[in-house]
Amino acid sequence: MSLEAQVAPRAGKTPRYGAEPSKAIRRVILIVAGILFLIPIGAMVQFTLRIGQPAPGQAQPLGFQHYLDIFNPANELTYDQLFQGIQNSVVIALFTVVIVLVLLLPTMILVELKFPQLRKVLEFICLVPITIPSVVLVVGFIPVYSTVAQIFGSTPYTLAFGIGVIVLPYAYRPIAANLAGVDVTTLSEASRSLGAGWGNVLWRVILPNLRRGILSAVFITIAVVLGEYTIASFLSQNTFQTALALLEQQDPYVAVIFALLALIFAFVLLVVIGRFGSVRRTRRAPRPRKAPVNP
Amino acid sequence: MTAAVTTAPATTTRGAGKTSRRRSAVWLGLTPFALYVLLFLAIPAVLAVGSGFFSSAGAFTFDNFSALADPVITGDLVATIELSVVTAVIGAVLGAIICFALLGTKPDGWLRTAIDSASSVLAQFGGVMLAFAFVATIGQQGLITAWLTTTFGWTDNPFVVFNNNGPLLYQVAGLTIPYVYFQVPLMVIVFMPAMEGLKATWGEANATLGGTRFTYWTRIAMPILAPAFFGSVILLFANSFSSYATAAALISQGGILPLDIKGALTSETVIGKANEAGVLALAMVVVMIVVMVGYSFLDRRASRWRS
Repeated sequence: MSLEAQVAPRAGKTPRYGAEPSKAIRRVILIVAGILFLIPIGAMVQFTLRIGQPAPGQAQPLGFQHYLDIFNPANELTYDQLFQGIQNSVVIALFTVVIVLVLLLPTMILVELKFPQLRKVLEFICLVPITIPSVVLVVGFIPVYSTVAQIFGSTPYTLAFGIGVIVLPYAYRPIAANLAGVDVTTLSEASRSLGAGWGNVLWRVILPNLRRGILSAVFITIAVVLGEYTIASFLSQNTFQTALALLEQQDPYVAVIFALLALIFAFVLLVVIGRFGSVRRTRRAPRPRKAPVNP
Repeated sequence: MTAAVTTAPATTTRGAGKTSRRRSAVWLGLTPFALYVLLFLAIPAVLAVGSGFFSSAGAFTFDNFSALADPVITGDLVATIELSVVTAVIGAVLGAIICFALLGTKPDGWLRTAIDSASSVLAQFGGVMLAFAFVATIGQQGLITAWLTTTFGWTDNPFVVFNNNGPLLYQVAGLTIPYVYFQVPLMVIVFMPAMEGLKATWGEANATLGGTRFTYWTRIAMPILAPAFFGSVILLFANSFSSYATAAALISQGGILPLDIKGALTSETVIGKANEAGVLALAMVVVMIVVMVGYSFLDRRASRWRS
């Protein structure tokens, strides 16, 4: 592609050899898809603005009433559970991130450095949760959590253990892609031969090189935790999603407002990942950044 | 299945000779993760599937398998598979068309960043919030529903009455629409790398040999993309098949297998139903294993053209 670009300037009418669509076709497809996918989001926005039922033959009256309701102290009791749920979800997200950083990440680095023969096994383990539907896993979580509750008490925060499993495939992939692009073995041998201890190697050499993968994993983990419903609902805990489902019965408008906010939040989170440069495209490709071995 | 694999790191002894003590110390580093996976993945998976083999009193039995002879359950199993196949195929075709449109755009440009992020969000969007979106769109009072009734005077459109059974959205057939909404973005995520793998040189070779763009697609691109495409279809099938939250938010009980599991688990009237959930879970896992074996086979075929 780059060669074509060099030979013929973009503006000129070059005959197309490969798979690329013409500009017009691309535009039509993307615009139609964009509209179709925005309709439900637009309908949510319109829904949050609805005030009362329209009189027969009249247009639906719209306004910001429901947005103001959120801040009305009189409604505090109605939204109390939702705010509690959001708070729980944030703490669960925090714990799940800790599980990813303290359990998954060190294991991945250790396997890469010391047990490369186990790489396939680790990958398999981390991808298994995709194969087992959450509803199925939940059937087994119920007895496991009755034990967990005896140890930690029945707090929503223990959900982090279960959700951590659901998150494994999503957290594994960006870190694995990053690890594949960085030759950690050579890097750690180089720093060891220069006299660095293992702590130094980890903190000052390996982790900085894995920054992007780790960041993506953390963000995706947060997004997954905030959207998780199945486990929380079966284990009867109050999280953001279960609270939304409950609030829908009482005040569907505010429930939808918060759903919209969550969507926007997740979208921004992922745009930030994208701007950090997506790691998956650098798979097994040598990086110019880590190459300055020759002066 | 998983138990055997996850315990493997703890039992294998590889280090021999003088380094064996240091190696066993390094092995210890793997134990926290191995323990975690054992406790929260292997044990729950085994318990979930195993509970189907026990009565509520704890005795070993095959009685729960009578659930699979229940016409309601078999009907729901078929409905779940149908729903998954239909949404996987529609999602795959539409997603592939979007991938095609994205070919030749700069991978780091704003358009791709926005579409990649939107796809990730929407693919994860399943659940309560997705249900909200479609209630607001094609529910009884939905935007499109209202538009069809007021502007076109079509008062018995499928979003109001479908099959004489209330709004389409609250029936299993109606799940197709929200499901496609998260399948298409997933297809964009999983199929785009394969599309990007089409090398420009193949197009040039085709042109030098006198091929047209039609022959390029039918003789080169499509055969190369076929394994990746069908692999993606399988992944999408698995995604629909295991989806629970969207259906739970829209349909109060039964209709598809995940909802039957919920029904069996939460049943308070019939004692011993909870173990039936284990049988249903086993049925789902069996379908998923069959599907994933097919996926790994196709993935191996597809990876031949990557690198």
